[in-house]
Amino acid sequence: MSRPRPEPVQVVKQRRDAALKALVEGVPYIQYLGIAFDRHGDELTATLRFDEKLIGNPLLPAIHGGVTAAFLEVTAIIELSWSILWDEIESGRIDAEKLDPTTLPRMPRTIGFTVDYLRSGLPRDAYARARVNRSGRRYASVHVEAWQDNRDRLMAQATGHFLMPTPDG
Amino acid sequence: MADRKAALARQFIEAIPHSRALGMMLSEIGDGVAEISMPYDARFVGDPKTGVIHGGAVSALMDTCGGAAVMSHPNAPAGTATIDLRIDYMRSATPGQTIRARATCYHITRSVAFVRAVAMDDDEDRPVASATGSFTVEQAPGAKV
Repeated sequence: MSRPRPEPVQVVKQRRDAALKALVEGVPYIQYLGIAFDRHGDELTATLRFDEKLIGNPLLPAIHGGVTAAFLEVTAIIELSWSILWDEIESGRIDAEKLDPTTLPRMPRTIGFTVDYLRSGLPRDAYARARVNRSGRRYASVHVEAWQDNRDRLMAQATGHFLMPTPDG
Repeated sequence: MADRKAALARQFIEAIPHSRALGMMLSEIGDGVAEISMPYDARFVGDPKTGVIHGGAVSALMDTCGGAAVMSHPNAPAGTATIDLRIDYMRSATPGQTIRARATCYHITRSVAFVRAVAMDDDEDRPVASATGSFTVEQAPGAKV
């Protein structure tokens, strides 16, 4: 029995990082809010870098509830797009090196999004991870959690339903 | 009193750094109703292929407008924070058009305020999104409850 040699580590990393970069850097609003994504294997963690323009209550001060909602929604959409893209690039159907915002598959569209605010957002970095609970041909359901100092003390959580992109756009 | 409340709410909303960053403009406030518009801005685009504004920016607009409606309510609190917010997106906002949100605080208790909101672009007969939310009611220190 012989099996093909595994790909060199840098080839795997380069392909996956290129795909993630194309996905995230193509969206102006993600850049505007200052959200970055770290990848470990297929797991993504979003970081919202704190900035004064994210403040909603200057007296406390606290991060704007709308920023928290946007951060969660961005994380959910990227996670869902990433899960679709992952199979495409790993199978070789899409060449990750040639991906750019104009050649990327269409993004899923939000149908409904529900945010629970659990703690006020402190003026410092926040993190979020999303989990695709169901991904069908037409619809997907995604849960997402955000925290700041302590992973077990959530700042907010949300569930969203999304309309999946069709191959013809 | 109602006028003073509206003026205070207006002052507070216009001082929010993130609302200013998104270019939000308060067009109406008072008696538990608020209307805020957000001009189109290429920096807030969520889908580069279509130029449609990101849902997150619409959420931020709805959240601000909901909070403003709560603060302008006659029984209203000194301050407020969002407890939960649900948004339904009916269609994509038309690229290039201002998005306008209108929120109503339709019920308020000593501890919770309930809000409905709708977002429109130039085609007012077909809303872009609708929202429902609940907000905290923070009493001013020493207030009789």
